[in-house]
Amino acid sequence: MAHAYTPGLRVAALTVVRKSRRLPIKGEVLAKKGDRVTADTVVARTHLPGNVQLVNVASKLGLPPEDLPSVMVKKDGDPLKKGEPLATTKGFFGLFKANVPSPCDGTLESISTVTGQVILREPPTPIEVDAYLDGEVVDVLPGEGVVVEAFGTFVQGIFGVGGERTGEIKVVVDNPGVPIDASRIDASLKGKIAVGGSHVTWDGLQKAIQVGASGIVVGGFDDPDLRRLLGKDLGVAITGSEDIATTLILTEGFGEIAMAGATFDLLKSREGRKASINGATQIRAGVIRPEIVVPMPEARATAADAAAARGAGLEAGSCIRVIREPHFGRLGIVTDLPNELQVMESESKVRVLKVKFDDGREALLPRANVEMIER
Amino acid sequence: MAKHENIRAIVATDCGSTTTKAILIKLVDGEYRLIVRGEAPTTVEAPFEDVTRGVLNAIREVEELSGHEVLDGESIVHPNDGGDRGVDLYLSTSSAGGGLQMMVAGVVKSMTAESAQRAALGAGAIVMDVLASNDGRLPHEQIERIRHLRPDMILLSGGVDGGTITHVVELGQIISAADPKPRLGLGFKLPVIYAGNKDARPEVSKLLDEKTSLFQVENLRPVLERENLGPAREKIHDLFMEHVMAQAPGYDKLMDWTDAPIMPTPGAVGSIIETIAKRQDIEVVGVDIGGATTDVFSVFQDTFNRTVSANLGMSYSVSNVLAETGVDNVMRWVPFKLPELEVRNRIKNKMIRPTTVPQTLEDLKVEQAIAREALRLAFEQHKSFAVSLKGVQQERTISDAFNQSASGGTLVNMMDLDLLVGSGGVLSHAPRRQQAAMMLIDGFMPEGITRLAVDSIFMMPQLGVLAEVHEKAATEVFEKDCLIHLGALVAPVGTGQEGRPCVKLEAKFPDGRTVADDIPYGDMRVYPLGVGETVSAKITPARGFDVGAGGGRVLETTLTGGVVGLMVDARGRPFRLPTDEHQRVEKLAKWAKAFNAYPEI
Repeated sequence: MAHAYTPGLRVAALTVVRKSRRLPIKGEVLAKKGDRVTADTVVARTHLPGNVQLVNVASKLGLPPEDLPSVMVKKDGDPLKKGEPLATTKGFFGLFKANVPSPCDGTLESISTVTGQVILREPPTPIEVDAYLDGEVVDVLPGEGVVVEAFGTFVQGIFGVGGERTGEIKVVVDNPGVPIDASRIDASLKGKIAVGGSHVTWDGLQKAIQVGASGIVVGGFDDPDLRRLLGKDLGVAITGSEDIATTLILTEGFGEIAMAGATFDLLKSREGRKASINGATQIRAGVIRPEIVVPMPEARATAADAAAARGAGLEAGSCIRVIREPHFGRLGIVTDLPNELQVMESESKVRVLKVKFDDGREALLPRANVEMIER
Repeated sequence: MAKHENIRAIVATDCGSTTTKAILIKLVDGEYRLIVRGEAPTTVEAPFEDVTRGVLNAIREVEELSGHEVLDGESIVHPNDGGDRGVDLYLSTSSAGGGLQMMVAGVVKSMTAESAQRAALGAGAIVMDVLASNDGRLPHEQIERIRHLRPDMILLSGGVDGGTITHVVELGQIISAADPKPRLGLGFKLPVIYAGNKDARPEVSKLLDEKTSLFQVENLRPVLERENLGPAREKIHDLFMEHVMAQAPGYDKLMDWTDAPIMPTPGAVGSIIETIAKRQDIEVVGVDIGGATTDVFSVFQDTFNRTVSANLGMSYSVSNVLAETGVDNVMRWVPFKLPELEVRNRIKNKMIRPTTVPQTLEDLKVEQAIAREALRLAFEQHKSFAVSLKGVQQERTISDAFNQSASGGTLVNMMDLDLLVGSGGVLSHAPRRQQAAMMLIDGFMPEGITRLAVDSIFMMPQLGVLAEVHEKAATEVFEKDCLIHLGALVAPVGTGQEGRPCVKLEAKFPDGRTVADDIPYGDMRVYPLGVGETVSAKITPARGFDVGAGGGRVLETTLTGGVVGLMVDARGRPFRLPTDEHQRVEKLAKWAKAFNAYPEI
């Protein structure tokens, strides 16, 4: 077999990026096909049904549930103000009336003569979806949202925390092997995306949050620091909804690992441009990786290779990155894909490949322990 | 499907969340045997979005390896022609798409809600959350939870027949208010099964008929002292097939191909464990440790129990093992010194790149340390959940009913356990079987005399579904080709002082060796005893220790061998590792050496 399937993260200098921007429930789409949008343009809007409150009116009035209809002041579907009576007893010759006030604003949803409960719904919460990218609306999903297309640079990270942000790219280290510490962060990064090298320290991240940086894109981060950041051990890799002002994207993994040269150089070449980033990661069936998108509409006319370059599989000549010890983080070129299973030091029998590292040394690695990179 | 006696060739597949595995079984000299196994990536994701692609690829690998023709283009050739063409039976299991994810609701958390949970788990589901009137959450919090989780199905129960309907109707109101939407397949209604007080059916109908796809079955707790889980469980199975599976891409086609309904993978593994226990009349514990989940199955006193630890596994969920058990508990099994930062970063790197394999010996040892904790935690969960009530006929008293969880713990009795079976990548694919044996021992801490075994190549799911249709074929393949016997383990219960007598083993081995060893407390030993060999042994525990005949009492018994041999674990129960790091590392290395678990480097 001359090639093999292996997963890989995309690092594309120029490509078409399409994002579907959907509402969680049906609503109103505000943008039309062909509209030019910026990242903060609101493209769809809806109202999320409000919280539900249950009030046991029958028990509050000391009545059997079946008597409820006779005392209800409000009926199904009636609007409510907080404190308004939901039900009133007739009292004794009009005296000694008892009331059950509404605990919230909203509407009355239903009255149950079985349980004696009245269900109230609080007012709906408005939800808006923005375009996330500077680009063009290429499709409208009626009642749901739109598809926004941008042309530009697309880089996938391996893991991230924090949601969608935008900001200008600023490279804060000289080369991809240098870590970001607090000394590299200053007030000029407010609203910007700091791109660094091998690692971000806890102090560095804290300072970035403090100055109001939109994001940090870096090679690695330590797990104990992630735990401090989230306030708990991250059990399952489903992220993106953390309440963190600065989105963090790791391009390589946990620990101190130099950012892949190609990724670093590419991001450096986009310094000063506006990027959209998202730390959301889901490592499950239907994997989601964090991403950095730098729209460059002007490049579209000159780009020839936009959709090409994605190889079908691993073959001799493919660029790879090692993703497990003992050569974790190193880059190289595949020189051979032997057919036979080979025994590793761990005595595991696996399919392997031969790789030549950048320094000219060669190694035999399990195919499962490399990922393809584009350079 | 051909008649039972005419079945000569069988293909069975298991569509996992990442890999689809196919096996070919044939009748050879009157016996059903595994011929080959093939695998291919599962194809429920883009760009294929059709599970049958992966199935065809896995079957093609089987064809290439065996020379047996199974496919004609893209269809399975039926029946077998008596030679190397066609099959008489095609079956499949599936956990693709994350398996069956359910929410259950019951009035009282420790009673109807627990019964509902048991019904769901028994049907092969992952229970995402249990709602109960007394679970301490406010109604709007429960509603938020239902909306957020987007289960595949909800099972609603509560109330005994003829009792009050108020509480169960309240739960119905909460589900109705949440207006739940299913995880897969927009535009179809979420299936809700009602298995509560029969008197509440009209009210529940009123509440849920319009908003959900409501099915009503018999009450799963018709009276307080009795459970009737069968009808609810069957309904879950049916709906899994009709609704949930049908939404997954390509399943409609796959359902057409199979000669029997597709089973959820854990349901199939459970079925094979249950069959083995029944046939051999023994107490069995089985475990299937996967990348995302770990399933534990047990049969004690003829009662089958199953639990799914949805967030304990070796790849996707590996970081959750660390989160649940703490870094110290993982580190204690690592037989060398490694900084905490290093362990944490390595585990996270495995989580974000779940398909990698350990290349270095050190890495393998770290991975097997985590496996021990994953197994231990999953088994702890199982023990606290396994209770004696099952089916219609078994009854318990009112006083038991008020304290189910506590009473359930008594059902798993390690001293009575006859056979412990391990399955799943980290156990089945461990480079040396000795490593699998040690992981099982450390994870489960068997007591007395226990046989250990592993699934040779990870094919219990397929055999599980086969057991439903053709028990003889499933059992023959299971015993001859699937089950790798590791050997018998002798593990005295009790604690003592390091180096003091713990147990004496006297035995005459088939090769003529005679052993009369005093094994001191804190030691582990392995005596060669091959697969199929047995030895009559006299086991004399020291004072304060028990090997099954009672404290200090001699046990004379026949012990069976396996690929590892006859194992003695004199580390005592409850087991404690030295707290001093130097001593701990030394001990772990000594035990691994006794088992010849790792190569010397």
